[in-house]
Amino acid sequence: MQVDIKSLSIKPLRNTFDQVARFTGTDKSASRYLEATIGVQPETNFHYQPLWSKDRAIYDKRNTAIVMADWYRLLDPRQYYYGAWTIARSRQQDGAERNFSFVEKRAMLAAIPPDLKARIAHVLLPLRHVEYAANLNNCYMGAYGYGVSVTQATMMCAMDRLGIAQYITRIGLMLDDGADRALKAAKSAWQSDPEWQGLRELAENMLVTKDWFELFVAQNVVLDGLLYPLVYQSFSAELNAAGQTSFAMLTEFMNEWFDEHVRWCNQVLKIAAAESPENRAQLAQWVRKWHPQAVAALQPLARRALGDNGAAALEACVAQLAERLAKSAVH
Amino acid sequence: MNEKMVFLALQDNEDARPIRESIEADNPLAVITQYPGVYKIDAPGRLVVNRASVEARIGRAWNPQDIHLTLVSLSGNIDETDDYFALERK
Repeated sequence: MQVDIKSLSIKPLRNTFDQVARFTGTDKSASRYLEATIGVQPETNFHYQPLWSKDRAIYDKRNTAIVMADWYRLLDPRQYYYGAWTIARSRQQDGAERNFSFVEKRAMLAAIPPDLKARIAHVLLPLRHVEYAANLNNCYMGAYGYGVSVTQATMMCAMDRLGIAQYITRIGLMLDDGADRALKAAKSAWQSDPEWQGLRELAENMLVTKDWFELFVAQNVVLDGLLYPLVYQSFSAELNAAGQTSFAMLTEFMNEWFDEHVRWCNQVLKIAAAESPENRAQLAQWVRKWHPQAVAALQPLARRALGDNGAAALEACVAQLAERLAKSAVH
Repeated sequence: MNEKMVFLALQDNEDARPIRESIEADNPLAVITQYPGVYKIDAPGRLVVNRASVEARIGRAWNPQDIHLTLVSLSGNIDETDDYFALERK
């Protein structure tokens, strides 16, 4: 007996959603990222005027000085929608957990000489307060921003910052054998040590910045672009040279995360700057406004972390950021 | 002519889509035929999947070995490096 299995091929009439087809200009099947992003921004039929502003809608393009004809064009090169982002982060979390248990099992932090340990505690632990400010700032961008392409990415960034703050907290607990003395000392340093007041002032100024795109430039481009290379690259390299590789293991997530954060920020800046000369001038003006404050705030931290090499290391971070901005045509 | 053809069959799903698109872009001679659940891609002599092209489409790092997660069948001699996965028949 012969059994014939017939296959029937059904050709779909449309390969993607209409709004995605309108955006890409073709009816080719689109990525999940585009399908989860394009057309999601609420645009009309807002029933309630926000109490905080009489002349704005709840989602309003006028919340920033940047003007885009199509806000969806600020796409994320990492193509993170909720699913892709959570899968990527859970993989990274697995890696980070392994690193933490490796360091813990071998009591690697206990082997660090006391002076170096104190330096790690002083430089790294107050940064959890900076990360919390970064979390609030990115929440603000998510709340007042426009166009799901950028607001979904800022909201994910906000959650990433909470995760980073938690990793820093865990390192603080490990440094102190599970006690919270180091974290309490770091909090009082953040509140009253003159070395940290520049950065605290900068964080507080950002918390009251109204224009969400300006906040994006100040926090995600300028401050992160200087702070991350300084702490997680230069300081980490210095500790490696001193034979203390556990710091690099425990902060590997921050390093990996910063690489992709840079790709996203560069792309957003590049597209916004290419939109119009007005946008480019506005972005450049914001960079000029926040850059000197960030450099001044990081100087004491660089000195504390790297001693006499601190100034040179910060210079290198400034050069790295300048190169990125030039590539995104913001100058 | 016929014995010099190579082919690659990929599942028709979201993971394979960027691979198919990079093959389409990088191999102008490739002919793609859709079957239920499967795409068969035929090409004369050589068919290459470039890591860089796939990475540009998915926005993250991609290992050419990952093609096996969606690969259904293939024909040809495999030439594989860290940067590409190619099928050849000369």
